[in-house]
Amino acid sequence: MPQAVTPREIRRRIRSIKNTAQITRAMEMVAASKMRRAQQAVLAARPYAERIRAMLGDLAAMTSPQEEVRAFPLLQRRPIRRIQLILVTSDRGLAGSLNTNVIRRAVDFMTRERPEPLENFDIVAVGRKGRDFLVRYGWPMVAEFTRITDRPSIEAVRPLAELATQDFTTGRVDAVFVVYTHFINTLKQEPRVLQLLPIEPPEGTGAISDYIFEPDPVTVLEALLPRFIEMQLYRVLLEASASEHSARMVAMRNATQNALDLVAELTLTYNKARQAQITREVSEIAAGANALGALQ
Amino acid sequence: MAGKLRVEVVTAERLVYQVDDADMVIAPGAEGTLGILPRHAPLVSLLSMGEMRVKRGREEDSLTIFGGFLEVANNVVRVLADVAERAEEIDLARAEEARQRALARLRERRADIDRRRAEMALRRSTIRIAVARKRRARPAPGGPPLPEAQP
Repeated sequence: MPQAVTPREIRRRIRSIKNTAQITRAMEMVAASKMRRAQQAVLAARPYAERIRAMLGDLAAMTSPQEEVRAFPLLQRRPIRRIQLILVTSDRGLAGSLNTNVIRRAVDFMTRERPEPLENFDIVAVGRKGRDFLVRYGWPMVAEFTRITDRPSIEAVRPLAELATQDFTTGRVDAVFVVYTHFINTLKQEPRVLQLLPIEPPEGTGAISDYIFEPDPVTVLEALLPRFIEMQLYRVLLEASASEHSARMVAMRNATQNALDLVAELTLTYNKARQAQITREVSEIAAGANALGALQ
Repeated sequence: MAGKLRVEVVTAERLVYQVDDADMVIAPGAEGTLGILPRHAPLVSLLSMGEMRVKRGREEDSLTIFGGFLEVANNVVRVLADVAERAEEIDLARAEEARQRALARLRERRADIDRRRAEMALRRSTIRIAVARKRRARPAPGGPPLPEAQP
């Protein structure tokens, strides 16, 4: 044995690794329960989202003569010179490659997929990890929102929606995109880009063409648009939240497994070292006894 | 189920209320109060803030609604509310407190921004209090009395 590791040192390492495993296991369980809650929130948001989407689709199809749709500022398409990019990350780390992936997606989007030069991006950071990244590398950040991705609520979404809407309607930016992590399942999440503004109305089914509208279709559509934005942002944050917690759960499960593997390995080493020590002691005693016998 | 209305109230966050045996819905429309009976023509209306009532036989359920949409089609009344709560969910003490706070702020007459927010808060808390009180004052006739509010 090249390095003389005493059994006592090995025992100390085993104890410390067991402590780590206990912490990572606790984190795994916390993440699992938060993930379930986030998934339930996604389901609970669905009926509202589906109706808003369907109504918007039908109304947009119905009210448009195209000129009239153009009159809605939130539907207005103009040549894109300046873009607001909302980057959704988590506040806390230890979630595997979750934040790295979504940040890389955002960087790709800005440097490769869009023709606009970098200085024409306004980046809004949602989540501390994204904020830290932007600050460290000096990217153009105009606003930051933290402490909303862990457990998103619709109230927390409203200021964010307002900022995007205002910057778009005042003409500061010509489009707003969101980069976030889409939740596919517990083991799979995928960074995605969503266009928030101008709103692309979904396909209408024509189901509500003979409805009565109060006060009138145009006013209803006008009221529908800001809610559609809020709803989309809320959904994006829920997806990001479910992704964060499941990524953390899986990362922590792996960490716990690694720690336990390490403990098993070290226990073996410990037993070997202990045996070696005993063997050495026995042979020393035997040698001593032999020496004594020889003397007599 | 002929002659009955199915009623759903949803917000972006959750399903607030759902029944399928309503006889009449009374809701705070943007253009005035809406009364909806079975076989109502298809309708989409904006909602303002106020009380929404759902009559079911001899019972009546009360909800607060703060903005949103109401959609009627095929005997289904669907409310997509910005904020909504059932009467029994309202924390009366908290609403009273909010109302006092708003009144105090309005009496002070400071900056204008404060004022608008205080007025909104006053309206919201007044509606909540009215809905919560009514629920307690009028148990369903014939049914067992409602349990007292938890301390």
